[in-house]
Amino acid sequence: MLVTKNLILMSDNKNNEIANTPLGDGGTLFEKIWATHVVKEIEAGPSVFYIDKHLIHEVTSPQAFAGLEKRGLKVFRPQQIVATADHNVPTLNQHLPIKEALSRLQVEKLKENCEKFGIELYGLGHPYQGIVHVIGPELGITQPGMTIVCGDSHTSTHGAFGTISFGIGTSEVEMVMATQCLMQSKPKLMRINVDGELNKGVVSKDIVLYILSLISASGATGYAVEFAGSAIRNLSMEARMTICNMSIEMGARCGLIAPDETTFNYIKGRTFAPKEAEWDKALAYWKTLFSDDDAVFDSEINIDAADIEPMITYGTNPGMGIGVTGHVPVLNEINEQEKPSFEKSIQYMGLQPGENIKGHKVDYVFIGSCTNSRIEDLRMVASYVKGKKKADDVEVWVVPGSKQVELQAISEGIDKVFLEAGFQLRQPGCSACLGMNEDKIPAGKYCISTSNRNFEGRQGPNARTFLASPLSAAAAAISGKVEDVRELLDAPNP
Amino acid sequence: MSTNKDKLAFQITPSGDGGFTSTVVPLQDENVDTDQIIPARFLKGTTRDGFGKNLFRDWRYVNDDESTPKEDFVLNNPTYSGKILVAGKNFGCGSSREHAAWAIKDYGFDVVVSSFFADIFKNNSLNNFLLPVTVSDEFLQKIFAEVENDPTTLLEVNLTEQTIKIASTGDTQSFDINNYKKTCLLNGYDDIDYLINMEEEIETFEKTKA
Repeated sequence: MLVTKNLILMSDNKNNEIANTPLGDGGTLFEKIWATHVVKEIEAGPSVFYIDKHLIHEVTSPQAFAGLEKRGLKVFRPQQIVATADHNVPTLNQHLPIKEALSRLQVEKLKENCEKFGIELYGLGHPYQGIVHVIGPELGITQPGMTIVCGDSHTSTHGAFGTISFGIGTSEVEMVMATQCLMQSKPKLMRINVDGELNKGVVSKDIVLYILSLISASGATGYAVEFAGSAIRNLSMEARMTICNMSIEMGARCGLIAPDETTFNYIKGRTFAPKEAEWDKALAYWKTLFSDDDAVFDSEINIDAADIEPMITYGTNPGMGIGVTGHVPVLNEINEQEKPSFEKSIQYMGLQPGENIKGHKVDYVFIGSCTNSRIEDLRMVASYVKGKKKADDVEVWVVPGSKQVELQAISEGIDKVFLEAGFQLRQPGCSACLGMNEDKIPAGKYCISTSNRNFEGRQGPNARTFLASPLSAAAAAISGKVEDVRELLDAPNP
Repeated sequence: MSTNKDKLAFQITPSGDGGFTSTVVPLQDENVDTDQIIPARFLKGTTRDGFGKNLFRDWRYVNDDESTPKEDFVLNNPTYSGKILVAGKNFGCGSSREHAAWAIKDYGFDVVVSSFFADIFKNNSLNNFLLPVTVSDEFLQKIFAEVENDPTTLLEVNLTEQTIKIASTGDTQSFDINNYKKTCLLNGYDDIDYLINMEEEIETFEKTKA
């Protein structure tokens, strides 16, 4: 894999600076959407860029509301904002008051601010509550051609519908509240083509972890990345979301996939999807959203789907991934300048250079987060787990992405499969992805996680994270160690 | 138009020309993510203040205990101080939390130098009058080497000229920043100051779009 890394150097120098190229004729999917959202261009500066939908949550919004009040401003387009509580909500007993005082205060503050400024809130107890990037798509709020922002880096998720969607800071949250606009420089454009058939046991999470292992955690910084190719086209919407979700982990400004019949079928009939004549009008527009055959990208990468194995990370950024049968790199595979960071990283993980990850003990399994907490993820886990029991010394948390996902899982009997397996099916929220609530992995423990970040301390101080697919996480939950799911899929139940 | 003059570092020098000189704190780690800069459990504030005390919290203290600082971490090393943080490449990756920029600024830094910044962090920094200066990898290594050699090494950052200079060696490099943001930083304006004056144009845009 490290050899491959050298072979696919990008077609230009990896420059962090944002290109300020003039608007094109709309040759790429990104440019087509970009062009229809520029309110004004400033010479040698960013553009005034219009935002269609603004999603907010309890952690990155309070200072923005306070800023508005300080300036004496109202929210410019409250009907274009949707709020939910997800980051620090408990995943047990959500009907009770939040125990932790500061978390409770943030959630209460969100409610108070939404009431004051006339914003729709799907708070705790609401049937639409859930992780902000799960509820947007499932409610039909996320639609092709839109621009969507949220004070959360995983806003890139919504790009799976052919949108320009990206995470912003709180000052920018305040800007969008005040004016529905942001000052934006146009990023450079990259296309990553994944063609061919995926191997058995390889799912969309593996695709994105594989891409990350090739281009690194900064490989797409300064770019908007379009994911294309037959292997992407063949994915469901939920699987596509997993890929766009993690485009930020490559440093990308956003990730996007051209909408197609799969997209349209997913959206049709959802709560806030256009209806009747509006649907026809929207659909006609959505069908124009693709990169033309002669579209030009600043950088392009081609990947053969057949090269992708089930993936696992060994280090402390999502770019530090390997095929599950691979090994932690040895020192002479790492370039000189990166050695200190590499050594620090594997020391944190309690691993040795050259060590195999397959067979490594896990203590916790976390199935959840905006990356992999949707109904298809839960179904994937349940279909593997059905009739099996978790390993005795492993704790397994399944945290659905939303109230709707939770209820759907229950209606399909997935809750019973989990109960029999000894898994805990909890209530919706971001949970152990970032450990802002009580769901923290204890120091020194290993967690195989379907989330997006294996940063030091991300899941709890000194917790150690292996990122993997829901399928790999399910397999580890049963055996108590990292498995190559390909060896297990055809095995008869014990 | 409101200003944020109190947040500005670039007019502190007697010349008032956007020049800024300081010793530096070197942080050679690469891919420093915002979870390290400020761990999620410290994001529970509802104001922008006070995040500096938790800057690099888990790198600064043993077992989250403020009475046992990790002596090998650079912020705990009295040899190094200053208002310029110099960090390894891909600084500020990961979470979009603006709290990271708030924490760095609140701790007392006005400039962050690296060979590569994550996009969102860069924007957040600019929005908080924390100047991200991108230098070449070679120049970055030169700064690290000089500072290791002599911790009193001064860096001169000039926003007007868009230059960064190692005072002792005279090595100078220019850095990029778009004119709009540069004007904002030099004058203490922020994007909302600009955007709220565009309300009519935005409303017109909405009508044509719909």
